Amino acid sequence: MRKGTSTRNIGIGIAVVAVFFLLPAFLPRFYVYLISLMLVYGLLATSLNIVLGYGGVFQFHHCVFYGVGAYATALFLTKTGVPFILSFLAGAVAAAVLSFLMGIITVRLSKLYFGMLQISLGSLVWAIVYRWYSFTGGDDGIHGIPVPEIISSYNGSYYFTLAVTLICLFLIYKIIKSPFGSALQGIRDNPVRSGMIGINVKRHLLVALVIAGFFGGVAGSLFVVVDKTVFPDMLFWTLSLEVFIMCLIGGWFSFFGPMVGAAIVIALRTFVSGYTVYWALVYGIVMVFVIFFLPNGILGFLEQRAKPADEKKLIEKG
Amino acid sequence: MDTGALLFQKILSQIFVGLSRTTILFIVSSGMSLILGVLRIPNIAHGSLYMIGAFMAFSVSNFFGGGSQGFWMALLLAPIGVAILSLITERGIFQFLYKREHLMLLLLTFALSLIFGDLVKLVWGAEYKSVPVPQVFHGHLTLVAGIPIPLYNLFLLLVGPVVAILLWLFVNKTKMGKISRAAAVDRDMVGAVGINVSRVFAAVFVVGCLLAGLGGVLVAPTVNVTLGMDHTLIMEAFLIVIMGGLGNIWGALIGALIFGLAQSLGILIWPQFGIIFPYAAVVIVLMIKPTGLLKSTW
Repeated sequence: MRKGTSTRNIGIGIAVVAVFFLLPAFLPRFYVYLISLMLVYGLLATSLNIVLGYGGVFQFHHCVFYGVGAYATALFLTKTGVPFILSFLAGAVAAAVLSFLMGIITVRLSKLYFGMLQISLGSLVWAIVYRWYSFTGGDDGIHGIPVPEIISSYNGSYYFTLAVTLICLFLIYKIIKSPFGSALQGIRDNPVRSGMIGINVKRHLLVALVIAGFFGGVAGSLFVVVDKTVFPDMLFWTLSLEVFIMCLIGGWFSFFGPMVGAAIVIALRTFVSGYTVYWALVYGIVMVFVIFFLPNGILGFLEQRAKPADEKKLIEKG
Repeated sequence: MDTGALLFQKILSQIFVGLSRTTILFIVSSGMSLILGVLRIPNIAHGSLYMIGAFMAFSVSNFFGGGSQGFWMALLLAPIGVAILSLITERGIFQFLYKREHLMLLLLTFALSLIFGDLVKLVWGAEYKSVPVPQVFHGHLTLVAGIPIPLYNLFLLLVGPVVAILLWLFVNKTKMGKISRAAAVDRDMVGAVGINVSRVFAAVFVVGCLLAGLGGVLVAPTVNVTLGMDHTLIMEAFLIVIMGGLGNIWGALIGALIFGLAQSLGILIWPQFGIIFPYAAVVIVLMIKPTGLLKSTW
């Protein structure tokens, strides 16, 4: 039974990847761009979920790492002659370093107090980026970032984004399923008991924060590839809360929840804003409904519904 | 005049600017702190109510033909309008969610702030609005060291302490305030002795939001009333509340003072990065005392 499910899952996975791979052949340019954006935000939300859903950490201002990753890549590309791939990695590394520095300060606190110190540190970083005209371009941001020919075309950036996102999702999945991931979930469920059985709680959380920051930075660098711009709003707290919303809508106790949530939010924003300037109104109302009726998100809701059916089958089989 | 005296004058006038900003920040964040302390809702929509207060001030002041009369009517009516709106929100949405996690409430209030933001756009449009400073407060007053202070700023400096004292009286001397403090500690127990906690919560929520509206009205004559003024303010108010200690009204005052002065003096020290100083101040305070400067009610 179990083996059957896992082969089935692999089959579904391959099919989904194949569909994503073939999409640019059928879809107009705009939709390819849109799906690239969904992948970027999906990766960002998934990276937040490493600490939020699996670690139980209130990382209120996750977008700082997204923004810093994007800015680092953009600055390396515009101000130095470093090869693209190194600039790309520099974004993720810069985000991871920042995450480490912030983590050292914040990790000793828990829950809401962690979140509040983190959001104030993040706001500090935002303020610096926002005002440092000579270096970051201030509130104008940086536009027309030179990305190599091969990945700057629509399809090129799509395939690059798809490949990087898939690799990152695979790595995150492996991390979650590793002993480290189990320890992290143990800490989420009961930090005191986890400490008692010999898990170094603070160090595990710090490592998790750095990992989340790293993948957040990758998402930021990917945004540079897709959009060729960076702007300080990428580090503003409203975007952080939006990413939170993505995790919530998709379901933060499911691995693919944040991905689904990101796709829904991006789709909603794009299509509703095509019809009306009051898209935030629609968006807000959808959010209120999700919070009222689907507190575990859409995937969480589906899983809950699927579970009893599976158990029924098991019982029938004896 | 020698440079020393000139610098002194500059600093002093920046302090006055900072203090009038502090008044606004205090009025808004004390309301937020009250709601956070008693109801445990980290209310992001608080900033939207501040914005709505400012827009209502514009409408009311226009209705009464602008000028002095318009301002005074706005000062009276706009906070009441905001209070009514908040009462509807509380009875319609929040009262069902008090048992939920803080995180959910945070996201819910964020959703509400998006909804309110678009409703403002729907009702008032996306253009700048301005509310005239009433006739009485035109002109300056020279108090110390030959610095002219706009009369309206002096008025703000007067309103801040009045609000602080009224709020202190409400929380400490009225029956409602006492019940709300008890409910902040143990909601079920207060319910068990036969008090309608739900109604008390609604009242506290309305009082808190009234303060947000009042802050909006008071700030309206000094700035352009515009969409997006909620987003900058709410972060500041949130940080002030955290810095002062959750739910502590005097903490909100101290937090607002630190934030307001760091902002105005920071601009003097390093014009380009003036915006960084208040955030740095918050980080320093929280690194030393993560639970805030004064005792929090949590």
